[in-house]
Amino acid sequence: MGSNMAEAHPVGFQWVVEAKSRGAKVIHIDPRFTRTSALADAHVPLRAGSDIAFLGGVINYILSNDLAFRDYVVPYTNASFLLSEDFRDTEDLDGLFSGYDPESATYDPASWRYEGAPATPPTAEGSAEQALGDQHGSGGARLEGVSMHPPSDPTLEHPRCVYQVLKRHYARYTPEMVAEVCGTPRDLFLQVCQAWTSASGRERTAALVYSVGWTQHTVGVQYIRSAAIIQLLLGNMGRPGGGILALRGHASIQGSTDIPTLFNLLPGYIPMPASTGNDTFDDYVESVRGEQQKGFWRNANAYIVSLLKEYWGDNATADNDFCYDYLPRISGDHGTYRTALDMIDGRVFGYFLLGQNPGVGSAHGRLQRLGMANLDWLVVRDLAMIESATFWKDSPEVETGEIRPETCRTEVFFFPAASHVEKEGTFTQTQRMLQWREKAVEPRGDQRSDLWFFFHLGRMLRERLAGSDARRDRPLLDLFWDYEVRDGEPSAEHVLRRISGQDVATGKQLSGYMDLKDDGSTLSGCWIYSGVYADGVNQAARRTSRFEQDLYAHEWGWVWPYNRRILYNRASADPAGRPWSERKAIIWWDEEKKEWTGHDVPDFEKDKPPTYEPPQDAVGVAALRGDDPFIMQADGKGWLFVPNGLLDGPMPTHYEPHESPVRNPLYGQQGNPTRTVYGRSDNPSNPGPPEPNAEVFPYVFTTARLTEHHTAGGMSRWLPYLSELQPEMFVEVSPELARERDLQHLGWATLVSSRSAIEARVIVTDRMKPLRVAGRTVHQVWVPYHWGATGLVTGDSANDLLGVALDPNVLIQESKVATCDVRPGRRPRGEELLAYVEDYRRRAGITVETGTRVTTVGPGASIAHIETAPEGQDDEERS
Amino acid sequence: MTQDNRLYGPLDDVAGDAGHVGHPPRMGFFTDTSVCIGCKACEVACKEWNLLPDDGFELLGMSLDNTGSLGASSWRHVAFIEQERPIAGQDPGVIGTPTGPSGTGATATSVAEALHGTPGRGSELGTEPVDLPMPSFELPGEGTGAEGRTDFRWLMASDVCKHCTHAGCLDVCPTGALFRTEFGTVVVQQDICNGCGYCVPACPYGVIDRREDDGRAWKCTLCYDRLKGGLEPACAKACPTDSIQFGPLDQLRERAARRVDQLHEVGVPEARLYGEDPHDGVGGTGAMFLLLDEPEVYGLPPDPVVPTRDLPRMWRFAGAAAGALVVAAIGAFAGRRP
Repeated sequence: MGSNMAEAHPVGFQWVVEAKSRGAKVIHIDPRFTRTSALADAHVPLRAGSDIAFLGGVINYILSNDLAFRDYVVPYTNASFLLSEDFRDTEDLDGLFSGYDPESATYDPASWRYEGAPATPPTAEGSAEQALGDQHGSGGARLEGVSMHPPSDPTLEHPRCVYQVLKRHYARYTPEMVAEVCGTPRDLFLQVCQAWTSASGRERTAALVYSVGWTQHTVGVQYIRSAAIIQLLLGNMGRPGGGILALRGHASIQGSTDIPTLFNLLPGYIPMPASTGNDTFDDYVESVRGEQQKGFWRNANAYIVSLLKEYWGDNATADNDFCYDYLPRISGDHGTYRTALDMIDGRVFGYFLLGQNPGVGSAHGRLQRLGMANLDWLVVRDLAMIESATFWKDSPEVETGEIRPETCRTEVFFFPAASHVEKEGTFTQTQRMLQWREKAVEPRGDQRSDLWFFFHLGRMLRERLAGSDARRDRPLLDLFWDYEVRDGEPSAEHVLRRISGQDVATGKQLSGYMDLKDDGSTLSGCWIYSGVYADGVNQAARRTSRFEQDLYAHEWGWVWPYNRRILYNRASADPAGRPWSERKAIIWWDEEKKEWTGHDVPDFEKDKPPTYEPPQDAVGVAALRGDDPFIMQADGKGWLFVPNGLLDGPMPTHYEPHESPVRNPLYGQQGNPTRTVYGRSDNPSNPGPPEPNAEVFPYVFTTARLTEHHTAGGMSRWLPYLSELQPEMFVEVSPELARERDLQHLGWATLVSSRSAIEARVIVTDRMKPLRVAGRTVHQVWVPYHWGATGLVTGDSANDLLGVALDPNVLIQESKVATCDVRPGRRPRGEELLAYVEDYRRRAGITVETGTRVTTVGPGASIAHIETAPEGQDDEERS
Repeated sequence: MTQDNRLYGPLDDVAGDAGHVGHPPRMGFFTDTSVCIGCKACEVACKEWNLLPDDGFELLGMSLDNTGSLGASSWRHVAFIEQERPIAGQDPGVIGTPTGPSGTGATATSVAEALHGTPGRGSELGTEPVDLPMPSFELPGEGTGAEGRTDFRWLMASDVCKHCTHAGCLDVCPTGALFRTEFGTVVVQQDICNGCGYCVPACPYGVIDRREDDGRAWKCTLCYDRLKGGLEPACAKACPTDSIQFGPLDQLRERAARRVDQLHEVGVPEARLYGEDPHDGVGGTGAMFLLLDEPEVYGLPPDPVVPTRDLPRMWRFAGAAAGALVVAAIGAFAGRRP
């Protein structure tokens, strides 16, 4: 679901084909019939943005037919835990959970807690502006007072136990409701339910694959939560052939969240310190590790100290809190979209773009380009002269006169980059596997690796500051910056050795994160990667043939943590430590040797028996019972219900997309009540029910990729062999829509939103089909987003149609669904384009408040969430 | 038999027939289109390895196919076929949705026009694509309402030079530029080709083509250079799903037969092989295919015949005619009175 694996991940899809030839059933649930569908046993269409309704229907099918794998669910999930009496469900509040504040459009999660548990203080100060959910990273949210077993009912009968709450919450997600919301025919939906639930239990498992078709929504995190609930109920987590597989959007995107390029995370999903509440080192550490909770996050102090030791080396000592005060603090939302808005408002002066082309690849391309046109300087490191480096002379805004090349103030520095075959390093793929890349060819001319660029940038900055005694310069001057350098190129292996971790005194490589200490005697650049250089060997560079090693190929690359191939694999064995079945065995408790053993590295303390019961006052790792498989969770259990850590509710609930043609058939609450909207005149929204004039933008559109191109095109539109395969921007429409709008195959169409209008060649295809939703026919169109103004093949950018509306948890944009109009013929040029779009805005009655009334039920239903105009903004300045 | 079948019919040892002694087994391709995902990695890998130029940036609208056909600079071509008919065992998810009639008929007309306007497709020598569909005067989707689509399938198949047992291109080549390798494949030697173009109409599949800028004929070499180095061809190497398989032809034949049986067993009765039969019009091919429909659907000729099949008969006619002339002439002289 939400994945076009054959097209976007063709190399990985070979294993799906292999599984299918061995008898696996492949079902593709997606708005579009893609190359993935062509190879699947069934294609199940649904309306873009309705996946939670579909998955909720599956959950309802499981619970109302009693199909959950109870032997797994009762001991391994929080199904039996009782919830506080204060909790109110969306059933009671017409689509809202208890704790909602319409003024700030945020939840207070206090009423979502387990019975008897103290309220957990928020992890960081603040509002929906902060990506709190993301801060919890791989560990899940903090949860106080669960080191001891909360009150529970193993019969799952208590009306306030999670299982029963779940059952009531999803009772209205019937097959008929699924058909009504998603447009999926009832029989087809039931086929999916039967297939999925039959791949469950001791002998069988099902795997679920998702990609950015799920994440890029205002409720994206809850999409994935829905899948987690199903896979936990069916006993498909931590077991071979099970799991939820997130296919990433680009090589090593997994790596770029593990060692993040995100504003609110430090390496290993450690939250970035906040400007308030984290004043002292102890405050900060305690806010990460919690007091009365189970699991390995309790040892976060060792991870944090080792990270600071890697950063500041000998300068980091216990006396100066290991240079904790050198870390920057976040004071709010500093995400990529907030930053683009701040550029427009004149609050950001310089910008680095490293292998990123936001002028084409980010939502609301126009906003991105206008922002970049209002900087002092912009550094672009890329393989080709991408649109984000040339926007000042060839963007659509130059055509409309909004950016004038002669007066555009931004100074652009372009640095040619070395490609992945021209430098060494690691890629981390979706299985969390690090694989070492050798340098295959020397980069030409001035092409340099990112490592080279940043090492020498740091070196030169430090040289400039040398001798300074200003306090603000200490963090830079005190850095450990003595990486090994050969012929000017820093050693990627040395960096990897320091990421993996060393004993400070002896320099000995550590074997894993259990070796990390909180006294400054160890260093590690990323605790979850600790052990990638164990025994002084680059474990990521191992390439033993699969024919010469075990089933799980443990000697190919290295998988964090500890080279475990399947996370939480304690769940592959029953509570007594025996595999659920011989067929599905990977690890088990060896009673004779008194240890966990098997085909994979056990994701459990090796010598903790299944019968282990922690003492009363235990916390952290010691508090994990012998049958608590989810060792990173604060209570050791898989969460069907999320008592803390999500900003938009403890259970997934179907909300309509930010821009939708229909009213939510399930609740009075239309969209995600906590979504981030940035209500301002340069970020208009198309109206959607209950607002009037939604019919001005009657069609649902989604953006997607083609096999032949790579994201914003930087790695494909400059290559003739790829460009010739998909030479032009196009829009795919159904024969029915072609008739409705008089569109000719291979003719031109103009797509219009309240942001912009773009043109594309028309492809009429039976692969697109209309759906019957809420009693009416809904047409969907899709556009690839690969094209821009430069390169061998050029075209309008799909992202110009999108506005910015974000998931509150992780601040990802809703770029997989929005509304638009489609007209035959090419778009107007120059200033006429602005007038054309303005006319649409007028007809739709769009104001700055449109789309920002995020609450549609209860007393706060009329509150518009708009930004106050920044002072001193002058439109003239930017041109 | 070998002697008898030098121009037509089964031939066990093509390389030996061409004079190779102690040669390796005949190598070839088996393209299993039932697992093709249409990624076109074969097209790209081929161009990369063989340093082929691009052949134009034209949107053809043939589903996702913008290559159009095999040609002088496209030695692999992935066809995409959208059909309003079921593929056994697959539910395309159309039933129950408010659809009208299929748009494929109407779109085919525009595609044919786009193909004509594309430079570098086919040549003046007779390989220009023929538009098969009937012209349509209706807009796609016309008549939406009562007649909903109920079926859909999307076929993908990577086409390539067939490296025929009896290769028309090779047989007509006057310069010896085309030759049979020790692997039983057919390769053009670019330094010998003089661009006469005889080979182009001699290919029953429309594979070989001349490049407009240099006039010479080009086609798939089955990566002769890689084979000599013990490597598999670039396209087979790049294919992620093993849709393109490379190996000794006799092994591939067995594998192909097994795969057809397997598909028949799991309820895909339309699976069939193409090019595996040594008794077909080219003596069987060195590149065979598993198809899920009639060959015409994929743009493959249903009954390809090597032009040399008719050579003996033509020579017999010519010989008879010459003989008759001789007899007549002798008769004329013999009948003369001194």
